[in-house]
Amino acid sequence: MKKVLNLFLLLLLLWLGWKFADWALIRAVWQPDAAACRAASGACWGFIVEKHRLIAFGTYPYEEHWRPALSSIFLVALWVLSAVRSFGKPGLILIWAAGLTAIGVLMWGGIFGLPYVENERWGGLILTLLLTTFGLAFAFPLSILLALGRRSELPLIRSLCVAYIELVRGVPLISVLFMASVMLPLFLPAGVSVDKLLRAQIALSLFAAAYLAEVVRGGLQAIPKHQYEAADALGLGYFQKTFLIVLPQALRIVVPPLVNTCIGFFKDTSLVLIIGLFDLLSTIKVSLNDPAWTGFGVEAYLFAALVYFVFCFAMSRYSRSLEANSGSG
Amino acid sequence: MLAYSAADTYARALLVGLANTFQVAILGIAAASLIGAGIGLLSLSPNALLRNLAATYVEFIRNVPVLVQLFFWYALLTEGLPPPREALSPLPGVFLTNRGLFFPSFSGVPELQGFNFAGGAALSPEFAALLIGLSLYTAAFIAEIVRAGVMAVRRDQWHAAQALGLERRHVLRYVVAPQALRVIIPPLTSQYLNLTKNSSLAVAIGYPDLVSIANTTINQTGQAIEGIAIIMAVYLTISLAISALMNWTNARLR
Repeated sequence: MKKVLNLFLLLLLLWLGWKFADWALIRAVWQPDAAACRAASGACWGFIVEKHRLIAFGTYPYEEHWRPALSSIFLVALWVLSAVRSFGKPGLILIWAAGLTAIGVLMWGGIFGLPYVENERWGGLILTLLLTTFGLAFAFPLSILLALGRRSELPLIRSLCVAYIELVRGVPLISVLFMASVMLPLFLPAGVSVDKLLRAQIALSLFAAAYLAEVVRGGLQAIPKHQYEAADALGLGYFQKTFLIVLPQALRIVVPPLVNTCIGFFKDTSLVLIIGLFDLLSTIKVSLNDPAWTGFGVEAYLFAALVYFVFCFAMSRYSRSLEANSGSG
Repeated sequence: MLAYSAADTYARALLVGLANTFQVAILGIAAASLIGAGIGLLSLSPNALLRNLAATYVEFIRNVPVLVQLFFWYALLTEGLPPPREALSPLPGVFLTNRGLFFPSFSGVPELQGFNFAGGAALSPEFAALLIGLSLYTAAFIAEIVRAGVMAVRRDQWHAAQALGLERRHVLRYVVAPQALRVIIPPLTSQYLNLTKNSSLAVAIGYPDLVSIANTTINQTGQAIEGIAIIMAVYLTISLAISALMNWTNARLR
C-alpha cells in the first residue's frame, strides 16, 4: 500500500515537473521578439531579456546604468562581508561608511565628472536594496530604545513604548505608507517638501522598529535575573548595566530571529509599489504596461519571485547556520 | 457582498469595503488553517517524499513577498484562463474564465449572455487571486507553527499512547493534538492577524477592500486624515478583537 502510494506520488510529481519544464524551458521563447512569443505555446522569457534594463534600473538614465549596477554589487558585498563572522569588529563600521559613501557618490553623482541624477529617477534592484539597508539601519537603534522603554520602570515611558509598538503592529504596513505619502505633507509648513523616497523610508523604518523591538524584548527577557543582580552588585549604573552587560548578551541570543525579521522586512519593501516608488517589483509591473508586451504577467512575476527568493533564501540559510552554531557552542 | 450604487454615500462605500475585507479575511483564515494544518502534518509524515514536498513548499512560499504572489495569481487567472466564450468547464455548470469563476447557486445556473456569464454565483478574478494568494502564503507559516507545535510534544507521550495500543491517527487526535494546540495557538493568532492585515494588499490588484475604497475616498474628497484614521481604527479593532478571542480560547484550553 505504502509503495503504491509512493509510486503514484512520484509519477505525479514527475508528470507535473515535466509539464512545467516543457512550458518553462522546452517550448519557451528566449529571444526578445513579441510576435514569436505570442505564437509559441511556452513561456516567454524574451520579455525579461527585452526589459532587463528597465527591470534592473528603473528610470535611471540609460547611459549611466553602470552606476546603480556597481552600487548594487557594492551593497550586496557589504552585506556578505558583515555576514561573514566579524560581528562587532570596529573595522566593519569603517567599511560600511566607506561603502555607503561610494554608493552615494555613484548614485547621485554631481562630482568627479558624473552627471547628477536626482533620486526620483532611482529605481529597480538598487532601490529595493537601499530601502532595506537604510530601513534597518534606522529601525535597529530605535527598536532597542523601544524594547528598553517597554521594560522601563518609569510608567510614562513604558506606556508610551507599549502604545507605539502595539499601534504599529496592529495596522497594516500600507496604511503607514499611505500616511507617510498622503498625510505627512499636510502637517509640514507650506513650501517645505520632503521627497517621496525619504518619506517612504521613514515610514518603513518606523514600521520595522516596532517588530524588531519585540524581537529584542524577547532577548532581554531571556537574560537570567542573576545577570542583572550581579551588575547591580558591582555598583554599575543603569546605562553601564544595560549597554555593557545586558544588551550584548541579549542581542547575541536574538540574532537568528532578527535575521528572520530582516527577511520579512526585505519582502515588505515591495509594498512601496503601492505609493508609486520604482522598486524591483514596481519596475517589473511597469514593464508589463508596454502595449507590445502585455499579457506576459505570469513569466514576469515568476521572475520577480525568483529574484526575491534568491535573496531571502540566502538570508534564511544564514540564519539557520547561526542557529546551528549557537546550539553547539 | 453588499449592494452598492454610484449614488450611495462614502459611508456606504466604506461599509461595503469593510464587508469585503471581512469576507476575504474569514475565508482566507479558514482556507489557510486547513491547508497549513495539512502541510504541517505532511512535514511530520514518516514518508520522506511527502516530508520533502512539504518542506519545499514552505521554503518557496515563505521566501517570496506576498505581493509578488498576489500579482502572480492575478496574472495567472486573467491571462492563463480563456475568455468567457471559450470558458473551461471542468464540471457541468462550473466555468473558469478570465472574467472570473462561475458556478451554480440557489439562484440559478450560469449561462453565457453576450460577452459574459450571467446567473449563478461568481468569484471575481481579483477576489479569487487575493484568496488563493493569501491562503497559500499564510498556510506556509501555519504549517511551520503546526510542525513546531507537534514536535514540542515530548516523544514519550507518543510512546505511551502507542503502548496503550492506540492507532496513529488516534494518538494524534487524543494525545498529541490537545497538548500541541497550547503551543500552536499564540503564534497562530499572529498569523491570523497577519492575514487580515495582508488583505489590505487588495488595493494592488483592484479588489475593493476597505483600504482600496478609503484610498479612493481620499483621492476624491481630499480628506486624508479622516480616511487614514478610519483604516487604522478598523484594523486596530480587528487586531484587538482577534487577540482577545484567541486569548479566551487559549485560556479555555489550559
